[in-house]
Amino acid sequence: MTEPTQRPVRPARGGVTAVSLAGAPALKLIPKAESALTAKDFKSDQEVRWCPGCGDYAILAAVQGFMPQLGIRRENIVFVSGIGCAARFPYYMNTYGMHSIHGRAPAIATGLAASRPDLSVWIVTGDGDALSIGGNHLIHALRRNVNLKILLFNNRIYGLTKGQYSPTSEVGKRTKSTPLGSVDTPFNPVSVALGAEASFVARTIDSDRKHLTSVLQAAAVHQGTALVEIYQNCNIFNDGAFEPLKDATSKDEATIRLEHGQPIRFGIGGHRGVIRNSRGRLEVVDVDQVGEDALVVHDAHEEDPSTAFALARLANPDNLDNTPIGVFRDITRGTYGSAMQAQIDTAIATHGVGDLAGLLAGRDTWTVR
Amino acid sequence: MTNRTANKPVKTLSEVIIRFAGDSGDGMQLTGDRFTTESAAFGNSLSTLPDFPAEIRAPAGTLPGVSAYQLHFADHSVVTPGDAPTVLVAMNPAALKANLSDLPRGGTIIVDTDEFTKRNLAKVGYATSPVEDGSLADYLVHPVKLTSLTVDAVAKVGVSRKDAERAKNMFALGLLSWLYHRPLEGTRRFLETKFAGRREVLRANLVALEAGWSYGETTEGFAVNYEVKPASLPPGRYRTIRGNQALAYGLVAAAERSNLPLFLGSYPITPASDILHELSALKHFGVRTFQAEDEIAGVAAAIGASYGGSLGVTTTSGPGISLKAETIGLAVALELPLIVVDVQRGGPSTGLPTKTEQADLLQVLFGRNGEAPVPVVAAQTASDCFDAAVEAARIALTYRTPVFLLSDGYLANGSEPWLIPEVASLPDLRVQFATAPNDGEHFRPYLRDPVTLARPWAIPGTPGLEHRIGGIEKKDGTGEISYDPANHDHMVRTRAAKVAGIEVPPLDVDDPDGNAELLVLGWGSTYGPVTGAVRVLRAQGVPVARAHLRHLNPMPANTEEVLRRYRRVVVPEMNLGQLALLIRGLYLVDAIGINQVRGQPFRVDDLVDAIRSVLDGTATRTAVGSAGRYGRSPTIPSIPIGDEPGSTDDAEPVLLPAHAGTGPATNGGAR
Repeated sequence: MTEPTQRPVRPARGGVTAVSLAGAPALKLIPKAESALTAKDFKSDQEVRWCPGCGDYAILAAVQGFMPQLGIRRENIVFVSGIGCAARFPYYMNTYGMHSIHGRAPAIATGLAASRPDLSVWIVTGDGDALSIGGNHLIHALRRNVNLKILLFNNRIYGLTKGQYSPTSEVGKRTKSTPLGSVDTPFNPVSVALGAEASFVARTIDSDRKHLTSVLQAAAVHQGTALVEIYQNCNIFNDGAFEPLKDATSKDEATIRLEHGQPIRFGIGGHRGVIRNSRGRLEVVDVDQVGEDALVVHDAHEEDPSTAFALARLANPDNLDNTPIGVFRDITRGTYGSAMQAQIDTAIATHGVGDLAGLLAGRDTWTVR
Repeated sequence: MTNRTANKPVKTLSEVIIRFAGDSGDGMQLTGDRFTTESAAFGNSLSTLPDFPAEIRAPAGTLPGVSAYQLHFADHSVVTPGDAPTVLVAMNPAALKANLSDLPRGGTIIVDTDEFTKRNLAKVGYATSPVEDGSLADYLVHPVKLTSLTVDAVAKVGVSRKDAERAKNMFALGLLSWLYHRPLEGTRRFLETKFAGRREVLRANLVALEAGWSYGETTEGFAVNYEVKPASLPPGRYRTIRGNQALAYGLVAAAERSNLPLFLGSYPITPASDILHELSALKHFGVRTFQAEDEIAGVAAAIGASYGGSLGVTTTSGPGISLKAETIGLAVALELPLIVVDVQRGGPSTGLPTKTEQADLLQVLFGRNGEAPVPVVAAQTASDCFDAAVEAARIALTYRTPVFLLSDGYLANGSEPWLIPEVASLPDLRVQFATAPNDGEHFRPYLRDPVTLARPWAIPGTPGLEHRIGGIEKKDGTGEISYDPANHDHMVRTRAAKVAGIEVPPLDVDDPDGNAELLVLGWGSTYGPVTGAVRVLRAQGVPVARAHLRHLNPMPANTEEVLRRYRRVVVPEMNLGQLALLIRGLYLVDAIGINQVRGQPFRVDDLVDAIRSVLDGTATRTAVGSAGRYGRSPTIPSIPIGDEPGSTDDAEPVLLPAHAGTGPATNGGAR
């Protein structure tokens, strides 16, 4: 290699404005909006009650700003949440919404989405809600590929209960409930999702509106369950948790921006990259040392999740070095709701629409005169 | 074959109680079920009690592996499977040993002597064969080489020895069908469907069936055969139906009559799973069944579907209700229609999965955090599970509330003749979704119907009615989050008033002569045994009144008035006194419990004895917490009750557990 490439890291695909996703196959069963909506149409009249400075505000603004791009009717959008700071989200969206109970949003939304293919159903959850009390529902929603978009706000702390460690907190985290430091290994939400047969897995950051929006777009047009992990800052109980990925001086070195079809390289000037080493593992190297052709080209549509999983493991959980963001995996698989509907259609085609009188009588009857 | 004239003398009986017993793999449930269907088709009144272990196939020939099926059929109306069999069919020594103590002296025993080998006898601790050592001298024993006769008969078919032996239950069915003049056509048709595509196995079963019949006709071992004439049932078209099947059909009927799609979220659990199975096979009715990852997800998905405009249902047993509790509380807060089916079984914890009990009543009424009232409907008989399901749906849809539908293991698996209802005669359950703002330009999700206090059901997809609901306390009307003390007090009372105000039919009393002093108050599956006991008592000249609660919450408006008409109120329950506790707490009526938790329905004779002991003052009182069981076990804590000689109503109150301090054994009313 001669001189290092000076070009900036490629921006995430898609812009923030003037994008319409309305024609996407994933949205074809949902009625189209008659006239264009704006972010304002998605703001409810409720006073937002998060702490000043909370990362949730940025996510709410991004979601409200992105929703009009879907081109679908507002009344066909539903936000379902569990419990936690993030779970107040539905109250601030002027759509249909349910603020349910701790951890159960994926199960509730499964019943809704499986019975109403004409709805766009979104779940807002947190690291405790999704990965502790609701872990079982999360993994089963993912494997079933229910038509749900799950926004997992990961702040690596319990906020609403005032500062206990969470299942994504780093080992040794000192909190009110772990004064000597936590002793359990955290979950990596992207790894969990990939292990649970997720068909779409992505990660983004609350403060990067452009990237966040691009990931939301990709999730919205995905058929089936999409899990979007959003690194979200809790400025009260875990401030600065993702600072290495946000600070102007460190973020470009720490963050790997995944782009489908592109060699995986990052760092200032793209001087670092990811290769598959002689042991078959992914490794971060200086591009100068290996040449661009040696870099792994990111393929989000690869059926085999091994590489996506390996990418998920690149990040150092303690200092966030080498943290990939973007879409890890986006494959096409039939949705749970459509398979359920297909069985109903087949049963009706085979037996005709059910006749209640015939069902009640059954085959063996006798008459008393 | 059924048209053949038997050459042997025919004796007419009024009723017969047969118990088929064998290994779990012997096909006793199938045999019993077929004999039931034959008897129903013949026109008898009948009631059944399948009784099987939780283990799928316990080691062959052992006591834990015994599976039994009891059938009571008669030329008159019967309401229970019978206290004790008059005929025991025992396919091996374990089946004999496990069931012999239930057979009264003089009863008939038919045994498969081929299975009475040294090894099989030893497995259950018989040193010698009871068939040969004279220990069955008090019974009428028919030793039949069932297995070898079956194998010989089907030899010409050319199936494997294993398949040949397996057909022995059909040989037994053929023999019993001859003995009691049952038609065989239905079973032939049944076998043709069951073994369609397996022609040799089908032929083996048909041959075994015929051979059993012929054996009865020709062998000298059976000198007479019997007939039980058809019962006179109300005119109409009948079928037999099992409780879980009736319940599933009731849900489908409710969906059709409400014009809503049915959504079942469920996790497999005994004895409720058959409802999931039934509904899974009814996709052409638009039924969506979701086998969830756990009990919580089952009810959660059902609520999600209800929110979207389906008739959401979840089905489970007691342990599942424990797990679903928080989510049912959410449904109370959301005020959405939901049916929660609890097919009760023996508890606590895993308890007795395949046995029956009624010990979830207090759990469904009170097993949630906060003030979380939920209506409760209880099915009374196997076929009544249909009507109870329709009624539960009516309440859920009219009042926008979760509703408990209680069944139990006895109803779930028991079967009885069912007068098939006309679809048009079922209630109209159509609902009106909200379609427009209800407060000027605004939509208020908690603005209530002034009569029912139900809130509007505005489903996603309805323009202009976008709104948010949740488990957190909400402002009445708007549904916005509210921590206001007065609002919370108002909402708690409003939810309570909504449930308390549900219209339910009055409590009917069966008191033909109007001169009874004692009322037997039952609920749920004690309907059959209580009815049977009351009939016996009246036949003995003892006037007794009877009433049965279908609605446990709210109870009918006339309940207190009915209770106060009687000097004694007796409450038989398959628990330690849960309804009795409610009756005492709600009405200050001195309800006397008759309690049994044996995993079996009450025996009529036991109930008769217990009620008599209340009437003559020799009963012992039991109540929740006193670990009691009437009569039989003098070592457990018990408290004498009743009018001892010389005692009066204003005597010192008897000492009762703290919760039940209502004083003397009188209801304080007239009489």
